[in-house]
Amino acid sequence: MKALVSVKRVVDYNVRIQVKSDGSGVVTDGVKHSMNPFDEIAMEEAVRLREKGKITEIVAVSIGSEKSEETLRTALAFGADRAILIKEAGEVQPLTAAKALAAVFKKEGAQLFIAGKQAIDDDANQTGQMVASLLDIAQATFASRVDVDGGKAVVTREVDAGLETLEVDLPAVITADLRLNEPRYLKLPDIMKAKKKPLDTTTLGDLGVTAAAGIKTTKTSPPPSRSKGIVVKTVDELVAALKAKGLL
Amino acid sequence: MSVERDVMEYDVVIVGAGPSGLAAACRLKQKAAEAGKELAVCVVEKGSEVGAHILSGAVLEPRALNELFPDWQQRGAPLNVPVKRDEVYFFLSETSALKAPGLFIPKPMHNEGNYVISLGNLCRWLAKQAEDLGVEIYPGFAAQTPIIEDGVVKGVTIGDMGINREGEHKADFAPGMELRAKYTFFAEGCRGHIGKQLIAQYRLDSEADPQHYGIGIKEVWTIDPAKHEPGLVIHGAGWPLGNDTPGGAFLYHFENNQVLVGLIVPLSYSNPHLSPFDEFQRFKHHPVIAKYLEGGTRTSYGARALIKGGLNSLPKLTFPGGVLIGDDAGTLNFAKIKGSHTAMKCGMLAADAAAEALLAGAEGGDELKRYPELFKASWLHEELYKSRNFGVLLHKFGVYIGGALNYIEQNWFGGKFPFTLHDLKPDYQTLKKASEAPRISYPKPDGKLSFDKLSSVFLSSTNHEEDQPVHLQLKDPSVPIAQNLPLYDEPAQRYCPAGVYEVVGEPGAKRFQINAQNCVHCKTCDIKDPAQNINWVAPEGGGGPNYANM
Repeated sequence: MKALVSVKRVVDYNVRIQVKSDGSGVVTDGVKHSMNPFDEIAMEEAVRLREKGKITEIVAVSIGSEKSEETLRTALAFGADRAILIKEAGEVQPLTAAKALAAVFKKEGAQLFIAGKQAIDDDANQTGQMVASLLDIAQATFASRVDVDGGKAVVTREVDAGLETLEVDLPAVITADLRLNEPRYLKLPDIMKAKKKPLDTTTLGDLGVTAAAGIKTTKTSPPPSRSKGIVVKTVDELVAALKAKGLL
Repeated sequence: MSVERDVMEYDVVIVGAGPSGLAAACRLKQKAAEAGKELAVCVVEKGSEVGAHILSGAVLEPRALNELFPDWQQRGAPLNVPVKRDEVYFFLSETSALKAPGLFIPKPMHNEGNYVISLGNLCRWLAKQAEDLGVEIYPGFAAQTPIIEDGVVKGVTIGDMGINREGEHKADFAPGMELRAKYTFFAEGCRGHIGKQLIAQYRLDSEADPQHYGIGIKEVWTIDPAKHEPGLVIHGAGWPLGNDTPGGAFLYHFENNQVLVGLIVPLSYSNPHLSPFDEFQRFKHHPVIAKYLEGGTRTSYGARALIKGGLNSLPKLTFPGGVLIGDDAGTLNFAKIKGSHTAMKCGMLAADAAAEALLAGAEGGDELKRYPELFKASWLHEELYKSRNFGVLLHKFGVYIGGALNYIEQNWFGGKFPFTLHDLKPDYQTLKKASEAPRISYPKPDGKLSFDKLSSVFLSSTNHEEDQPVHLQLKDPSVPIAQNLPLYDEPAQRYCPAGVYEVVGEPGAKRFQINAQNCVHCKTCDIKDPAQNINWVAPEGGGGPNYANM
């Protein structure tokens, strides 16, 4: 059984995000990028499923400029067998990404689509769901536990009320939540081997997808800076201050 | 605890993807290509990516780059801002300054033909050139120890990943691999933690003067476009540091309305109450500097120790199986306050020597004697020779008289006084007792031009895995409270630019706290601790600052 794992290149989670002075977006030039942390969890889960013998092949896929090759090499170092880069220099909105990923999924004849529940750059949390809709297959999002058995997957989801367990027929889409696993450290020998694994390139056009532009970002602004705190001397003062702010 | 380690073998392994290591890597591959042969070259880098741990002013003299890639312009090297003009100031007080007329500027401080750059971005570009030439570069992996067998350096062992604070293996433990090489190049920059071990083990410094250091603190600001003059280079000396603490300040106008501002404090300072961080913060309020920064935003912060002993302090460069290159040896030219072109040249010379040997079929493991020969015959040696008295003049005679003597030596004698001066006191021995030195009261940061340490470290995007052994090791854990506190009011609290060291607790029950997660890998503690009790070792690979364009 083949699994397709989508991975996205995003500004590294350690980097302090800076908004461009003209409000057109955030600064990405010269800034460290890495694999979306939720996608790392998805990758790790795929590798564990293969280690358990539940799947036989892992194909990693990414959409973006040639720089996304680095992200795919990381996926290959995690243990993906091969990688596909859908080359697109311009903006890729979630619907475009979903259409392209669905096309690859069909072409590969995969049974499992695993991705992070969202990317930490746009926090859209849409792509996995839309891939499932476009393919008209089952979806289990926000997974915190995944068991695959034969033609089914049993997925535990973190929901507001607690934990919900679903059983879905394969093929299916699973998106990874934070507590699904802790991704392994990449070992230097694996990174060395990853350089030699196959990485194919395709385009949106090859996949019969045109880039949608349904969403227009009108403005990006930094969060308001925190105002200075005050030190209160007594509990009464604290209560009074909270009341004055309408918090009590 | 013995663990099974994977092993890879190369012709040359280079520790550190800075200007020296990367220039060496490129040169090795160029030489191999010229000879129509293959050389396997690998570079390991402790930063999470190339450039993440690089911090420099920087004004680049392109001499070495011209030699390495004469077509660097076509290759898109990030040298976009030629220096337009130099200004040099003597800051007399917090409000006044003397501007030196061009005629009186010492020759090494002239910057025509140079470029204002981000050294981090230059390294990223060099790494791309190196990879295109076939060099393997692995960022995120810290070389932890040299592999020494029968007195010969055979390579390095990469640090283990997945060890908890107590030193036990976690579930995701991954042993570091061994990278073995015919020749290993150590290019860790100033006070490399392996370089330090090798210098001690092979007594490489037995014929050199003690090494001298400074700490450079730097910020990047985006300023009002109306005040921005790309290519304007400002240097200064004097206030806020005293005459006996000959440091220097800089403010460079870079691209995209950015200015790069910084202060270098020599680690030979004597007052234990001095705080380089706070000196820098108050320095920015000087009208000469503040007029540019006012209304701007600070976008980056970082700090790094620099090595400035020059030729007098240069250790022996070779030992069986390996070499020191760049600032791991100490090739910075302090009179020019530039180390990038010299580090690159040094790496290239070592590469020439190693390539010559390897392409002739050498098995490695020997001393690359040809490297110091090439070094002696190069412009690098000539340049460092001319500047050999600079740091000593300033340290011995102070900023004013030392500065004047330097002017006379550089401009009248062409850098060649018929004598060499020596500064034989190591930087860790220069502190006076806390009780005998005046306390310094630093103004509170105003949150506009000056800031506190923690909000500053935040801008360096520093991160370390929390559950790992503390990488700032105390040889004797009792020293900070039992000795350093009563004698020197534990200066680590102040010389650390990242707030790593704190003395906490009530009088009588004081405790020394190490916030290792904040460490920006500047190495100042390893240098300045008066008891030489702090040993800086590499944390898990990928930890430390994530500088974007420093």
